Amino acid sequence: MAAPEAVAVPAADTDTARPRPRGLPWRLYGAGFWIAAAWLAVALAVAAGADLLPLPDPDKMDLFARAQPPGGAHVLGTDALGRDLLARVIHGLRVSLAVGFLSPFMAVALGGALGLWAGYRGGRVEWAMMSLADVLLAFPPLVLALVLTAYFGTALINIILILGLLTVPAAIRVARAVTLAVAQQEYVTAARALGASDLRIMLREILPNVIVPMTAFFMVAMAVIIVAEGALSFLGLGVPPPMASLGSMIAAGRNNLESAPHIAFVPAVAMFLTVLALNLVADALQSRSDPSQGAA
Amino acid sequence: MGWRLAAFIGRRLLYLIPIVLVVTALTSALGAMLPGDVAVSMLGTQATPAKVAALQHQLGLDLPLWRQYANWLGGLITGDFGVSYRTGEPVLSAIAQRLPVTAELMALAELGALALGVPLGMLCAARRDTAVDRLVTAGAFGMLSMPPYLLAVVLTYFLAVLWGVLPSSGYVPLADAPLANLRSMALPVLSLALVEWPPLARVLRSDMITTLRQDFVLMARAKGLSPLRILFVHALKPSSLALVTVIGLNLGRLIGGAVIVEVIFGLPGIGQMLVDATLTRDFITLQGGVVFVTLGFVLINITVDMLYAVLDPRVRHGSA
Repeated sequence: MAAPEAVAVPAADTDTARPRPRGLPWRLYGAGFWIAAAWLAVALAVAAGADLLPLPDPDKMDLFARAQPPGGAHVLGTDALGRDLLARVIHGLRVSLAVGFLSPFMAVALGGALGLWAGYRGGRVEWAMMSLADVLLAFPPLVLALVLTAYFGTALINIILILGLLTVPAAIRVARAVTLAVAQQEYVTAARALGASDLRIMLREILPNVIVPMTAFFMVAMAVIIVAEGALSFLGLGVPPPMASLGSMIAAGRNNLESAPHIAFVPAVAMFLTVLALNLVADALQSRSDPSQGAA
Repeated sequence: MGWRLAAFIGRRLLYLIPIVLVVTALTSALGAMLPGDVAVSMLGTQATPAKVAALQHQLGLDLPLWRQYANWLGGLITGDFGVSYRTGEPVLSAIAQRLPVTAELMALAELGALALGVPLGMLCAARRDTAVDRLVTAGAFGMLSMPPYLLAVVLTYFLAVLWGVLPSSGYVPLADAPLANLRSMALPVLSLALVEWPPLARVLRSDMITTLRQDFVLMARAKGLSPLRILFVHALKPSSLALVTVIGLNLGRLIGGAVIVEVIFGLPGIGQMLVDATLTRDFITLQGGVVFVTLGFVLINITVDMLYAVLDPRVRHGSA
């Protein structure tokens, strides 16, 4: 969607002139990175293995235990219909992470290949590709996602495809920008002088250099798409109920803010931590991929 | 310069035509794929087939798809966005009625974001690598991970439910009672502004750091000018190029954010119209709304490019 494009132009951090104080800030940064990575690993493991965990049925209503606060029989409490919030958050995370992984994967694979091709070939191919990207980017992504889900239906696969497709133009741009820079390197000229085919140069010389920035793009896109999926389900255009999704859980919790704020806050915290963790990891990857920003 | 700028704007506007064509053809085709018949849903399932056919004819729904699209497009050129099948309201008047709400929301949100982002970005640049800088940067990072709908819930809880300082819903038109209007807009605006400032502060900080190393800043300092004067009068303008770009990007994202925030706080704006049209499958309204939003989006981008030319002489004279 719109924001991952920021990766294309990493904010020129001009901190290199003065040596960064070593020691503490570095360690703080490192700790943040590892905590973020650990949270992501736990979230992934829990979401993937949700069926194996000893959790109550996330859709089972217990009308005698409605809107229970955290603690007690239900660790994170229950929602307004008496459903276990821990189980629902974990199943909601599963939807978020499935969408948040598969959509960017699709965008990076498709957009990355197209962008690399466009950047390497130049000329008409590049012009056509960039026009296509511009046309798609001239469209507020969330509005387009809204329209498309309304038309195609809200099955999980549709949401994955729609959000993935909407991220392709940004991926094309990032891949093209990196390719343009790499294609001018001497080793590319050297490979060409040695008679390497275009395909070989693209796969062996350029692709390895595009992968690291694209990985950072992937993480940022993941965060953006998880937020977008949450927005869709918040508006009632996400995965169909009773399937748990963080966005629809937050939306439902709004009605009980006075009496039982935890119903909205539990999924809200889960989403915030996941998005924050993704941003932290992406940030670390980005500064690692850009040596001008100093060794991270 | 006038010539070049005019040609530049003209090119951008020409560029807009294929975009709008592609986008509306797409929405039109998607509209035709809708399950269910518009005429049937308007008349109810009890209607006789003859009545349904008559209404279909009246609405032009019996024409082939391309003719329907051509008719709609023809109307668009004369400023006729079509009439909603559901409410019978002309789409353009629905948009005109709702535009002020959305425009106010977006303008106030962007102003709020600037009011936070610019001073904080400058503060970080002036005090870089200190605890203040790191604190603001960390705060910005946290806010970047907070979608507007999430922030809206948090703010509603604290400001409306717990402390009761702001109303959580109930829109008051600006013309009726300006003060009550601002109060009713406060939570929606905050939900957007608090999310939008971090990118502003971030780019301004890094550009400002570069500017503060320039000779003319050293000169100003040597003249004994106050640090605040140097920051605001001398350093802000040359540091604001990337800032302008980010404002443009922000406004684009704000359209998406406004949709959700309008729904959450019940503001009768364009965003809510789009969501309603989507949920009720009122595709003529949706199509018109989408055209309008896309136009707005593109125009914002053109304006940003023009501002860029005004701020940076190199762009203006084409010697960048």
